[in-house]
Parts: sequence; structure tokens; C-alpha cells
Amino acid sequence: MLECMPEGEVVHTVGKINPTKTCQPIGAMYAALGIHRCLPHSHGSQGCCAYHRMHLTRHFRDPVLASTSSFTEGASVFGGAANLKTAIKNVFEIYKPDIIAVHTTCLSETIGDDLPTIIKQSEVPEGKVVIHANTPSYQGSHITGFSNMVKAMVTYLAERDEEALRRKRVNIIPGFVNPSDMREIKRITASLGVDMTMFPDTTNVLDSPLTAKYDMYPEGGATVEQIRDSGNSRLTLALGAWSSNAAGAALMEKCGVPCVPLKVPIGLKATDDLIMTMREKFDAVVPEDLTLERGQVVDTLIDTHFHYQGKKVAIFGDPDIVIPLTEFVLTMGMIPKYVITGTPGKAFEEEVGAMIEAAGIEDYIVKAEGDLFELHLWIKEESVDLLLGTTYGKYIARAEDIPLVRVGFPILDRAVHPLMPITGYRGCLRLIEMISNALLERRDRDCLDEDYELVL
Amino acid sequence: MEHDCSLASGGTGCISERQNSIITTGKNKSRIHCADDSLAGAVSQRACVFCGARVVLNPITDAIHLVHGPIGCATYTWDIRGSLSSDSEMYRHSFSTDLKEKDVVFGGEPKLAACIDEVISKYHPPAVFVYSTCVVGMIGDDIIAVCKDASERHGIDIIPVESSGFLSGNKIVGYRAAAEALMKLIRPKPGEVIEKTRKLNFLGEYNLGGEKWLIERYLNEIGIEVNVAFTGDSTVAALKRAPGSCLNIVQCTGSMHWVATNLEKEYGIPYLDVNFFGAENTADSLRRIAAFYGDPEIIRRAESLIEREMNRITPIIARYRKKLTGKRTAIYVGGAFKAVALIRQMKDLGMEVVVTGTQTGKQEEYDTISGLLSEGAIVVDDANPAEIERFLLDLKVDVMAGGVKERVLAYKLGIGFVDHNHERKECLAGFDGAVTFAREVYITTCSPVWKHLKASIGGEEL
Repeated sequence: MLECMPEGEVVHTVGKINPTKTCQPIGAMYAALGIHRCLPHSHGSQGCCAYHRMHLTRHFRDPVLASTSSFTEGASVFGGAANLKTAIKNVFEIYKPDIIAVHTTCLSETIGDDLPTIIKQSEVPEGKVVIHANTPSYQGSHITGFSNMVKAMVTYLAERDEEALRRKRVNIIPGFVNPSDMREIKRITASLGVDMTMFPDTTNVLDSPLTAKYDMYPEGGATVEQIRDSGNSRLTLALGAWSSNAAGAALMEKCGVPCVPLKVPIGLKATDDLIMTMREKFDAVVPEDLTLERGQVVDTLIDTHFHYQGKKVAIFGDPDIVIPLTEFVLTMGMIPKYVITGTPGKAFEEEVGAMIEAAGIEDYIVKAEGDLFELHLWIKEESVDLLLGTTYGKYIARAEDIPLVRVGFPILDRAVHPLMPITGYRGCLRLIEMISNALLERRDRDCLDEDYELVL
Repeated sequence: MEHDCSLASGGTGCISERQNSIITTGKNKSRIHCADDSLAGAVSQRACVFCGARVVLNPITDAIHLVHGPIGCATYTWDIRGSLSSDSEMYRHSFSTDLKEKDVVFGGEPKLAACIDEVISKYHPPAVFVYSTCVVGMIGDDIIAVCKDASERHGIDIIPVESSGFLSGNKIVGYRAAAEALMKLIRPKPGEVIEKTRKLNFLGEYNLGGEKWLIERYLNEIGIEVNVAFTGDSTVAALKRAPGSCLNIVQCTGSMHWVATNLEKEYGIPYLDVNFFGAENTADSLRRIAAFYGDPEIIRRAESLIEREMNRITPIIARYRKKLTGKRTAIYVGGAFKAVALIRQMKDLGMEVVVTGTQTGKQEEYDTISGLLSEGAIVVDDANPAEIERFLLDLKVDVMAGGVKERVLAYKLGIGFVDHNHERKECLAGFDGAVTFAREVYITTCSPVWKHLKASIGGEEL
């Protein structure tokens, strides 16, 4: 029996039980993989690097390479400077990346290694680059780490030339999403005829085809040159406040590129917002195809609304996914009863709370820095019809017999998802399909013979 | 050798310092270097002390496993093993002190104590294991003292596991930390007497895919009872009865040899190395266990079980062998014990083993491995992905056995893959496991998908 809920009144105030977040460095590693020919480097013990690579590999089912400073007791006592310098030299010699993106760990942060100085003192071959982000595991979450590394790309690389050379181009910072979502956002942008730079960009890196050849550095990723030139773009769209705003703000400050913060385009409204913003800022013409796609979403919503309207749902995962997902669930007429993220930050509670209140729903709980033990407690108190979140929800799903629709990071027990977008209008269709099918499968499973219908 | 290994795709992977960690059977006079730490900057497949300790202890089903550190260490090790339980599922939940900056600055001891109190008041577990992580070792939290206090407060075993990651890049050090924690757990309290029995303990068995259950069925059939396994499907109470056994059989020597020798020293329990991977190994192990008991009835029953099972599976394995004969295979696993077992099984299937590597093998184990391989086969310690890739391509490997990181690499190269890692879901032990293993190798080596690899829709041959 997977149910391990204690009996009686339960108090949970300290530590985490069944977390729905992980630590900063893995987010930094994922972001760094979105730079072309970049080798992420973990400045800490070997285990961190091995765990991050394994976790990412389980989600994406693609090879994830990263190097490590391989701290031992000596390095921990005397500081990791020598390890990092040796590592940088070795990595450029052996693995020949264009760029090394170093992130710290709780160990090197606690030791207090001064990364900018160590990097300055390192041997970096002509034309190669080393950047770094501080990613102490004891602050924030993997989303914070992602955000810190994307910001580091800007602070290290982005440059601005003459104002006259500013290009009619948009920078898109896509947030911690799957390569399929980045691909979809690029497709939408291209169809609007807007020139773009996306960074980080893990398409063709973590969704690469099987060719019987292995590229240590696959085709994809934003090049160092593209990120450098992002300082000359006309506009930045930072998708997802938690993972992208810091980089957008840094780019505004450093290179004067105005930044519009938007949600990750999950759901009808967030996708509309992305398209409208580009239309307005670049005088873009929205092509027939996109209008058609949107029309199909609205059509499908109406065709299926009675399958899910009024159903209660618990949503958990990363803030930039959960926020627009909650918005879309409200569009669908469902009731977001419990909404949690593991990432700390009161702003999450305010934003989601305001959305739910605006929909006239009063009976709900929103929590930042929660864990799945707590969510399970609430569900015990009053159940829901559907769980929407990561693989880690499967214990609650089984214990309480509630269907789980897998969305977000990580998904460790199902395949194909990193290739299928949940963003854009096509992503809306996919979400509607997954959600309504999950509820209908349940209905078919549970109903009496006389209620078992051919046509639903 | 470091200059001739550039890859077609631009990635290279040979570090000149590593040439002593790779040997070719029959060619090198020198012995392999395997006690070296991984180089800084290497894309190593190795992990850390914490990882080693966690995989050994986590299968104890009814204990609470509390990770003292920032959240990541708990998240990445949450329920990732395929160790099955026949009762409590407590071990499949993730407990972390979730250390924050202020804990790191002011010390994490109060939070650890509070977390221990909270989980005990909620769950009343029979024991709590408290794992230290890098940052805890660094700031010097005295987890031994916190555990001792809490243990007195609550009257249960609260056992510190000294597993700070940076202590070593070699999981073996973590196995040792876990082994010490186990010895602490099972040591009888003063005055406590544990009754001696004719049962045996099964060390280094983690019940992946129910493997412990299967072997236990064999042993029961021949008249031997299993006291407890270390640690697959074990409970705290059962582990505490371990000193009452008359024999320890040791499967995964990397993690449990130290425990076996200490159980012999402290409780006078002799041990036997066994190996239940592959039919021949299984038969051999059962015979040696039966011989230890020396009871003619046990020996007779063992022989009849072996005969029956061999008769049953031999024709099935032969069918797979027909399909697999002549295929070339590579093995890259954590410990040498598993590598040796796999070499035998692959050879039983008529396959040629052309590469064998481990993350944690010892000198004499590598000698054994070399002895099993034919001339020209490669033996490698702590390989990096680029080395693995080069071997797979150069030696025209058809199928590889390894862990999660090697799986996707093998697939990308168009090579089949069998999971023989501690996360596998299939039972690969015993006579039934030998059949399952053959089927797994067959499925991946002979998948119809490989035929489509060469096809192209763009006109150009891929």
C-alpha cells in the first residue's frame, strides 16, 4: 500500500516530505544545454553532476553531458580553485566546446569559491568563453538556478553596438520548458514573420533524432554569437516571470533592450498575449493559419466543455507552468481547488489567488514552497477529480484513485512528452485532449454497464 | 592512443592521463589503474558517497530515510530503485530537512532535530536513518550528537549515515558508510540475546524486480530459510535478528563484503560468496549453500531443483542463443561483481564480450575480468561517454548492458541496450531471471526498429 498518510491530526511545519522542487544546479545545467556547443560544468562533488545528468536524461530520454570539478576532501578544505582551473583546461583540450557554463553547488558556495576570479585566472583558449552562475542549492529551486544561468548568459555575453544598428528582431527567453515548446514558440514567431533569437534553446539538443551517429554537441542551441547580438535586438519577451524575468531585466539594463514579461504561452489567453504583443511591437500580420488554429481551439473547447466544466483539479509543479495552466483550466471552466509550487515566493500565491478570485471561486488553496505531502493532506480533507502535474503526483493518484495528467518537469514514467508541445494553440488542443480523455477513461472505467456509452 | 580517437562528429574523449585506466586483454603487460579519483573536468559516469550509501540503505522498507541537506539530494534519490517491498512502503517517500541559507550560516542541527521529532510523531517508525550531505559535512553539523539525543528522546534507533558527497567520488566509500550504519543498527543492546537459528542472511540482495523473493523460493524449496536480506525487502526488526543466522551468503560484494567480514568477526557467522545471475551461477551457488548445510536431504533437494529448472529453461535459452550467436556486446556497470556475472551470461547466449568496464572495480577484480575475456577485448575503469562511444563504434557492438546514462547513448548510436542497473524493473536473477535476461537481450538486439535506421526520406542514405 503506497498510502503513508499518518492517522489523526497531522502537523507538518518543518522540512519537506515528497518535495515538488529540486535544487538550483540542475536548472542551470538545463539552461546551459540551450547554448550551442556548450558543456555545462558542475563545480562541486561528482554526485551532483551525475544526479543532474541522470534526472535530465530520465525526463528527456536523450544523452546529457556535463563535466564536474570532482571535489574531494582536499578541495573542500583548500577551496576548489585548483580543481576548476584544471577542469577548464581539461575540458577545452578534450571535449572542445565553444563555451563552458559553470554553475556552483551548495558545497562550493559554502566553501566560498570566488568564481569570477578563478575564471579570470584560468587558461581559456582564444575564441572560447567561460561563463558562470552562482546556484546555491539552499536557496530557491531548480527554477532559480535556470533563471540565474540565463541571466549569466546576458551579463557575460550580450553586447550592444550603435543604436542605429539595432535590429528589428525579438529576443525570446522561453523559460524552463520542453524543447517541443521552444519549437512551437519559434514556429509561431516565424509564422508572424518576426526575426528572432531564442536563448536558451534546447531544440535539436534534447529532442535530437536517432541517426546512429552521436554528436557530443548536437546541432541546436543558441550560438554564443547570437546571444552576444541579442543586445542589438529591438525587444525581449521574457516568458515566465520566475525563469526569464531576471535575464530580460539584465538585458534591458545592460543593452537597453526593452523587455515585456509574459506568461509561458500555455492556454488560449497566454498564447493570444504572445501573438498580440508581437503583432503590436513589430506590426506583424497574423497569418490565416494561426487564426485557424485559434478557431479550432475555441471550437474544441465548446465541443467538449461538458466533459470537464465544474470538475475540481489540483495543480502542482513549477510556477511558470502552473500559473498559465491554472489560467487555462479556468478558461475550461474547471475549478483549481489546490495549486502549489515547490519554489518559494509569495508572488506566486498572489498571482494565482487573484486569477482564481477573478473567476468567482472562493474555496481554494494556493501555496508556494509547498510539498506533495501537504497536497495529499488537503486532498484527504476534500478530494479533487483530477491531478495536473509531474510524475511525482502518481503516489497520490494511486492512493486516492484520482487520474493524473502529466505536465511539467520532471516526467519520468512516460515518454514522448518532451516532443509534444503544451504551448501555443496546438498545445491547447493537446491539453484539452489529455484532460478530457483522462476524465472520460475514468468515467468508462467506473460507470455501471447501463451507463456505459458508445458515444460521449 | 590519445591522438587517434577523434570522433567523426567532433567530440573526442581521451584524456592522456587515462591511458592506464584502459587495457586490452592479451596486449598490456601492466595492470589497470582503478583506484584513481576521476579527473577534474572529466565527464565521469561516477557518482558520490551519498549515492552509494543511499542505494544500500534505502530498501529498508519501514525505516524513515531522512536526508539532511538542501532539497536536491533527497529529490534525486526519491524512489529511484526498483527494490520491492512485501509490506511497508515508507521507504518510497522522500524526507528532507530542506536546508536554507540561514541553516547553512547558523547550522542545521536545530532543524534536523525538529524534523526528526516531526517525522517520528507522525509515523512512529522503528528507526530513522539520517544521511549527511556535502553541505552538512562542510558546516560541521554534529549529526552523531543530534541523532544520539533524538534516539534517547524517542527510544528508537536514529542512525547517522556519514555520507557527505565530497568524501570521495567513489560510491564504495558510501557503501562503507551504509555498512557501518547497518552494523550499528543490528548490534544487540547490552543484555539482549538473539537466538541462534539455522537460517541464513542474504547480503547484497536488493530485491530488484522481486529477485530476493525468487531466490528465497528456491532456498525454501530445498529446506533453507532466509532470515533477512541486506537490504532488499528488509525491515528494521528483521535486520536486528541478523546476528542469529548461521550463514551469510553475499551477492553484491562491492557493497557487502565488509559487512560479511564484520558479521563473522562480531557474531562468528561464516559467509559464502554467491551469484544468482545466470543459470550456471545459480546452480553453483545453490550447491555450495547446500554443501555448507551438509544435510543430505538439502543436497538432494537442491540437485532435484537444479535439474528440474535446467531442463525447463535450457530449451528456451537455446532458442534465444540461436538468434544471438555471434553478436557483439559491451558491458559497463557499477561494480565488478555484476560485470563478471554479465560476461558469463552473455557468453552463455553465444555472444562475444568485446568491452567491459566498471565504475568501482578493484585491481584483482579486473584481473578476473581479463581472464574471462578473449584476446583483444577492452577492459576500462571509470569510462567517460566519449570513450564508451568510441569502443561501441570501433568494436562494432550490437548490444550494451549498463545504466541509465549509457542507455540513451547506446540508442543514439543505433545499439541495443539492456538495463542491469540498480533501477531495473525486471527480475534477472535465478533460473527465471536467466530467461528474462535472454529475452531482454533478444528484444533489444533484434528490434525491428533497427531496420528503419538506414532508411531515408530525403533521398540521401543516412
